[in-house]
Amino acid sequence: MFEIFGIPSTALFGQLLIGLINGSFYALLSLGLAVIFGMLNIINFTHGAQYMLGAFAAFLLLQYSGLGYWWALLVAPIAVGITGMVIERTLLQWLYKLDHLYGLLLTFGLALIIEGLARNYYGSAGLPYQMPEELIGGYDLGFMRLPIYRAWVIAASLVVCLGTWFVIERTKLGSYLRAATENPTLVRAFGIDVPRMITLTYGFGVGLAAFAGVMAAPIYNVSPQMGSELIIVVFAVVVIGGMGSIMGAIVTGFGLGVIEGLTKVFFPEASNTVIFVIMAIVLLVRPAGLFGRRA
Amino acid sequence: MKSLLSCTAISIVLAASSAQAQQTTVKIGVMSDMSSLYSDIAGPGSTAAAKLAIADFIKNNPNVKVDLVSADHQNKADVGTGIVNKWYDTENVDLVIDVPNSGVALAVSQIASTKNKVFIVSGAAASDLTGPKCNANTIHWTYDTWMLANGTGKALVKTGGDTWFFLTADYAFGHALERDTAAAVEANGGKVLGKVRHPLNTNDFSSFLLQAQTSKAKIIGLANAGGDTINSIKSGAEFGIAKGGQKFAGLLVFASDVNALGLATAQGLTLTETWYWDMNDANRAWTKRWQGERPGKFPTMVQAGVYSGITHYLKAVVALKSAADGKAVIAQMKKTPTDDPLFGKGTIRADGRKVHDAYLLEVKSPAESKYPGDFYKVKATIPAAEAFRPLKDGGCSLVSG
Repeated sequence: MFEIFGIPSTALFGQLLIGLINGSFYALLSLGLAVIFGMLNIINFTHGAQYMLGAFAAFLLLQYSGLGYWWALLVAPIAVGITGMVIERTLLQWLYKLDHLYGLLLTFGLALIIEGLARNYYGSAGLPYQMPEELIGGYDLGFMRLPIYRAWVIAASLVVCLGTWFVIERTKLGSYLRAATENPTLVRAFGIDVPRMITLTYGFGVGLAAFAGVMAAPIYNVSPQMGSELIIVVFAVVVIGGMGSIMGAIVTGFGLGVIEGLTKVFFPEASNTVIFVIMAIVLLVRPAGLFGRRA
Repeated sequence: MKSLLSCTAISIVLAASSAQAQQTTVKIGVMSDMSSLYSDIAGPGSTAAAKLAIADFIKNNPNVKVDLVSADHQNKADVGTGIVNKWYDTENVDLVIDVPNSGVALAVSQIASTKNKVFIVSGAAASDLTGPKCNANTIHWTYDTWMLANGTGKALVKTGGDTWFFLTADYAFGHALERDTAAAVEANGGKVLGKVRHPLNTNDFSSFLLQAQTSKAKIIGLANAGGDTINSIKSGAEFGIAKGGQKFAGLLVFASDVNALGLATAQGLTLTETWYWDMNDANRAWTKRWQGERPGKFPTMVQAGVYSGITHYLKAVVALKSAADGKAVIAQMKKTPTDDPLFGKGTIRADGRKVHDAYLLEVKSPAESKYPGDFYKVKATIPAAEAFRPLKDGGCSLVSG
């Protein structure tokens, strides 16, 4: 055992591992946002509220139909994704030709409405959601105790992130999607239903947010404001990674989780702001983000 | 005929005006956090408690007319002070009550003093309100950071929790609570092994809990509130804090937080409050009435404090026959001992501190909880004389000597 900057090495490794776990969470959340912005050019401020809806859906499923965590992982993203598609069809599709700001304003307004309604019905303190039996407990790694649930978060997050990246960057469906964003008229001329692809993509991005919400429910407080607290950080992650890049969001998510974890050890009061400091630096040096394609 | 008509008219007018002269009018404003993180602790529940207090009082005092208004300060000092200024200046509000959020409360206290109105704090915690920032127009009713620190802190040290590690919310409230609790721990023979300050509204506490585990302190003091406390405890369950032999001290925990955690996670938590709905029949009966307006929820000590404060205030106004002079009403309130169905008998000190018993509570396990809302068992009663900071230690200018 040796010391690095006054912190015993075992403690430091523990913090690094925790940073990685948090990073996987950021990666999962920012993935949905990156997909929606990268593919659809919509700044989806409702993302935080949709994450919250995922957690609430998990709670409601347990409360009213007895469906536990594993079912919620499947059902909640689909349910919330469908509401996302409805929003896209009825509200967002009119804004594509306009300035980005309109999309931002609309989604921000929607976020406020959704959170306000949740708070009205459920109060602000939060709702109880217990961890599923199978995931309770931990592994003793020597330098720290790793909860089974956190290991599950890393694993699930990696699978979903890499799976999404693969579909978008390496499959035919993904290439249609990328083409449709760059030149919708031409792609339509090939007979591909572009509006439907866009709706499904938005729904998929929203579903990813809800999936992250269900994963968060057993470990974080399920309250109406849980999304608004995270959404700003997630936006910073996406901006640093590059607004159009899927891999950028994933790598940046993990990386920033580790940096934030180290900050919590050496200078905890700044752990909230370090991500924004990095964002400011990255925007000055590389405005398109670390992996971004557009200037 | 004409003269008979005019005689009747005049006598009616005379009768009406004399009835008017006997009636006292009072206007009360409940200002709270109606829409964000404190809305369950205070919020619309405080307004419901105020309505009950007024209804009960008018039943025995029919010649008092009481108007009630309420507003949302959104946890912002500028919004709160704007509303209070409008209330005091143009809407004839005589009493402002509740105000969770110490920052807003301190600001409103100043305004009440300048405009010679009355301010009763039920929701906010900072003990500075009866310390260096005290004034003759403010009464601090329900609880404060000193009482929390000395209730929970002292009790835990005495039962063997003599080494502490603090998880502190990095703003004024957290610092004050940490300072008061550290002092209480050290005064009773304990030791503070370390602390970490986290930003307000932190989601993930795993890193801070790891530091707490490394310190090997027996007690992890949570000098935070609301969502931060809930997230700390939830993460603690995952990381096996209890298995490692450490315990959490929830320095400011409300029933709504326990509800959000669920008893399986929160069981064993020690906390201090000055009122609990299930402690006696009077509290239970009042809770049932309160739930008429707030179904499915349980009242907190903050909301009970609003009921108690308004009751005592109205008694003072009736004694003076007018609510106009804030300092006079407060002096009357300090002169008269308090007595209401919820807090029982108590007194208000020269520094504006209302004094009553405090209770050391422990969260029940799911097996011990027999019905919804059955959260706590009472471990000890801290008598009023010990529960609050001694009068001479506050640094309040109103305390002579």
